[in-house]
Amino acid sequence: MTDWRSEKTARDARIAAGRAHAQGKVVQATSVVDLLEAVLKPGDRVCLEGDNQKQADCLARGLAACDPSKIHDLHMVQSGIVLPEHLDVFETGVAKRLDYSYSGPQGGRIAKMLYGGQIELGAVHTYLELFARYFVDLTPNVALIAGVSADRDGNLYTGPNTEDTPTVVEATAFKNGVVIAQVNEIVEKVPRVDIPGDRIDFVIEADKPFYVEPLFTRDPAAMTETQILIAMMAIKGIYAEYGVRRLNHGIGFGTAAIELLLPTYAEKLGLKGQIATHWALNPHPTLIPAIESGWVKQVHCFGSEVGMDRYIRERSDVFFTGADGSLRSNRAFCQTAGLYACDMFIGATLQIDLAGHSSTVTQNRVAGFGGAPNMGSDPHGRRHPSAAWMKAGHEAEIVGDRALMRGRKLVVQLVETFGDKLVPTFVEKLDALELAKKSGLELAPVMIYGDDVTHIVTEEGIANLLLCRNADEREQAIRGVAGYTEVGRGRDRAMVQALRERGVIRRPEDLGIEPLDADRSLLAAKSIKDLVHWSGGLYEPPARFRNW
Amino acid sequence: MESLTFRHSTTKPAAGTKPMAIIGVVASGNLEVLLERVLPPDSCEIAIETAIGGYGDVWEAVVADFVARAQPGGLRISINDGGARPDTVSLRLAQGARLMEASA
Amino acid sequence: MRIVTDPGSQSWYEASARQRVAGLVDEDSFEEFLGPAERAMSPHLPLFDLPRAFDDGIVVGRAKLDGRPVLVAAQEGRFMGGAFGEIHGGKLVGLLRAAITAKPAAVLILFDTGGVRLQEANAGETAIAETMRAIADARTAGIPVIGLIGGRAGCYGGGGLIAGTCSRLAVSEQGRISVSGPEVIETNKGAEEFDSRDRALVWRTMGGKHRRLTGGADAYCADTVAAFREAAIRLIGTAPAFDLAMLEAEQARLEARVKRFGDCRDATEIWARLGVNDPDAVPAMTDAAFAETVASVTEASHDAR
Repeated sequence: MTDWRSEKTARDARIAAGRAHAQGKVVQATSVVDLLEAVLKPGDRVCLEGDNQKQADCLARGLAACDPSKIHDLHMVQSGIVLPEHLDVFETGVAKRLDYSYSGPQGGRIAKMLYGGQIELGAVHTYLELFARYFVDLTPNVALIAGVSADRDGNLYTGPNTEDTPTVVEATAFKNGVVIAQVNEIVEKVPRVDIPGDRIDFVIEADKPFYVEPLFTRDPAAMTETQILIAMMAIKGIYAEYGVRRLNHGIGFGTAAIELLLPTYAEKLGLKGQIATHWALNPHPTLIPAIESGWVKQVHCFGSEVGMDRYIRERSDVFFTGADGSLRSNRAFCQTAGLYACDMFIGATLQIDLAGHSSTVTQNRVAGFGGAPNMGSDPHGRRHPSAAWMKAGHEAEIVGDRALMRGRKLVVQLVETFGDKLVPTFVEKLDALELAKKSGLELAPVMIYGDDVTHIVTEEGIANLLLCRNADEREQAIRGVAGYTEVGRGRDRAMVQALRERGVIRRPEDLGIEPLDADRSLLAAKSIKDLVHWSGGLYEPPARFRNW
Repeated sequence: MESLTFRHSTTKPAAGTKPMAIIGVVASGNLEVLLERVLPPDSCEIAIETAIGGYGDVWEAVVADFVARAQPGGLRISINDGGARPDTVSLRLAQGARLMEASA
Repeated sequence: MRIVTDPGSQSWYEASARQRVAGLVDEDSFEEFLGPAERAMSPHLPLFDLPRAFDDGIVVGRAKLDGRPVLVAAQEGRFMGGAFGEIHGGKLVGLLRAAITAKPAAVLILFDTGGVRLQEANAGETAIAETMRAIADARTAGIPVIGLIGGRAGCYGGGGLIAGTCSRLAVSEQGRISVSGPEVIETNKGAEEFDSRDRALVWRTMGGKHRRLTGGADAYCADTVAAFREAAIRLIGTAPAFDLAMLEAEQARLEARVKRFGDCRDATEIWARLGVNDPDAVPAMTDAAFAETVASVTEASHDAR
């Protein structure tokens, strides 16, 4: 007779084994390794919560300390490879296979381990894609997650960095998996229940608060005139042109400059209320002046940002907050919002080729994708119109029945023609292709495919790829804004001039932008301290950004 | 240090009557551009002292584009460069030309 | 369309030396001596394969301030950290010596310097000494010398010494005044004594607020060109005489300061002893709140220097 409850039985056995190291659900930090060795089985699929920001670091240290003769060949399914321990487990043999999404800080080491064959790689995903697979073919047996506090029943308060937790728990707890949470403290009553206790099997009071990285803090003091010039062009040539109200920004200095020009430059252009009102965005400190100036109607967040908690609490008209007052973020929902409900994604990249494909992979770093490809792609399942979306669609379409025309998501690459150390952003061939060949990847790690990109903005101008009618025009439009890189200097001057006359390429002077305005005095805040003043003292920047 | 000098003929004199302007600062990744209205209106000269050698062809291209775009007839333009990227050079040249457009 | 920004509201810290001068003095009144077109550049830097600046990093000239004639020198902190070289120093010394005959209402020095340029150290050190001598002569002749400090490079090394000889100093929060810089102290005494990467410590110890509270600076301004202009006008009016009585008063003031605060281990201890209610709140204070705090501290005001 078929046993339809074998998973349930296995789960009960795991829980029973774990209880030997617990009082009720509560486990001492000193017993983490014992607990993990009791609950885990070789070959398990494990999600060790490594988000963009919040890290289950106590559990990560515990897993790395497990005896590989007992626990081995785990299949790690987690969005972020951020902490050294996330890779240590592959060196000790505790883990073998990996499916992940983002590896920014460990990009160099993961590349080495991939080449060296220490990691058996499934795939590098986008966030939504990995989350989707949690519910189809990468469902975790065990989830190791992090929260701010929990009660003895396991009711969990994630704090403002809710991020991936609800998604991971949903996939694990409702499919016979075991959920272990580390918290900064065990309390009588949590400020708000982000995860109900019946989905949490064990709670560990960690030896120290979980680690959070300030990923989205861009110091205005480091912004350059070139970035300001590019930001001015984007505002005038794209935000105003298409009337973009609903949007997502990348995390680079270019988009941070745009945020700081909203209350100054864009205000003087009379664009307040016309653009940039609704956001899918982390709580960027550089958005504070725009919020304080009444530009921003609302912001839904993937995660939080260090130092922004008090500010967010006091601005609940703008942010999503719980009954306790603190931010409620949710990466899966915010990614979905960015994909379907935003008319524009605008962000930077490291390399763009002649077809507009872009990648952040360089010779010796595999940074992964994170969420940019979700936001930076045209969602074919979208069915609601908006002015910006329809205008982009009209520009793209020249043949066929206009009655059947649909819109296009604006996907804008905002780059300087040269990056650090005069490394060109524009290349004939992406490094990603070389990497794919070298490490036997079936799919080259392309961040955003050229057919999704609608505009490229550089200090030389804006290339509107929607208006290009064939591959040649596209290539020359890209060369035409590639500045003094090899790619840029290889342009066909006559063709670039013709594209400019058609408005496919627009230069600062075509947009009426004055070069003398490209000055730091245009920034609404010139330092982190200015941001603190804008926030009325509510923003509390981390120590490394303070000089007071 | 590398010295480069480019001479171009121009079709029209630079706009404005301002005799001299200076913009930018010599610093890492930055440069200063001194513009003087001292040459015949059908020519211009751009002299560069740069801390980073070996980019003569890029300088030549940046200068040629600037001259084509701004028509800085009559200007002697002198640059002290602290290793600025080409886009910064372009921006400074454009800013300098705008400053010269003022009346004396 | 040109987005016009009011030059007065411009950040002093962000502005170049030329922008500071232009916004500080009466509109269009500045007349430069040895301007960039004269190409008075360093003869030494090419030997080190280093780029030069047309003005050698200092702008000097004459202007009107509130209708009165002044001489002005402004260092460019972004060119070699505003450091003193031969030409740079010579321009400042020349300007100060010219004051004796030109008899302006004041000489304004817009400090923005890390000290002496290593590549021309002898000339730079000489210039520091000559500058201090020239300031003493100008002050003896009854011409106030006002220092304005709020630039990127701060006012360090010989610049800190020169600032000590000025009649009056105005400083902004961003301004730092000291002789040895943070890195120099750390190199010589160790990170336990002074961690140069602890930016909060650096500002707390050398920054504008601390210097103002202890009377090391005589005015504290917001980080705008307009605020420095206003402070300069005010300080010219309150500049002390340069005589034996004043020097003795200054000596007494400095001795008292050492006696009262010599055992303090941190600036916050000094502020507490000065009677500041919540010393830890000082660094984050807005300019307005800080002005109130200064008003309650007696050491901040004095007749000496």
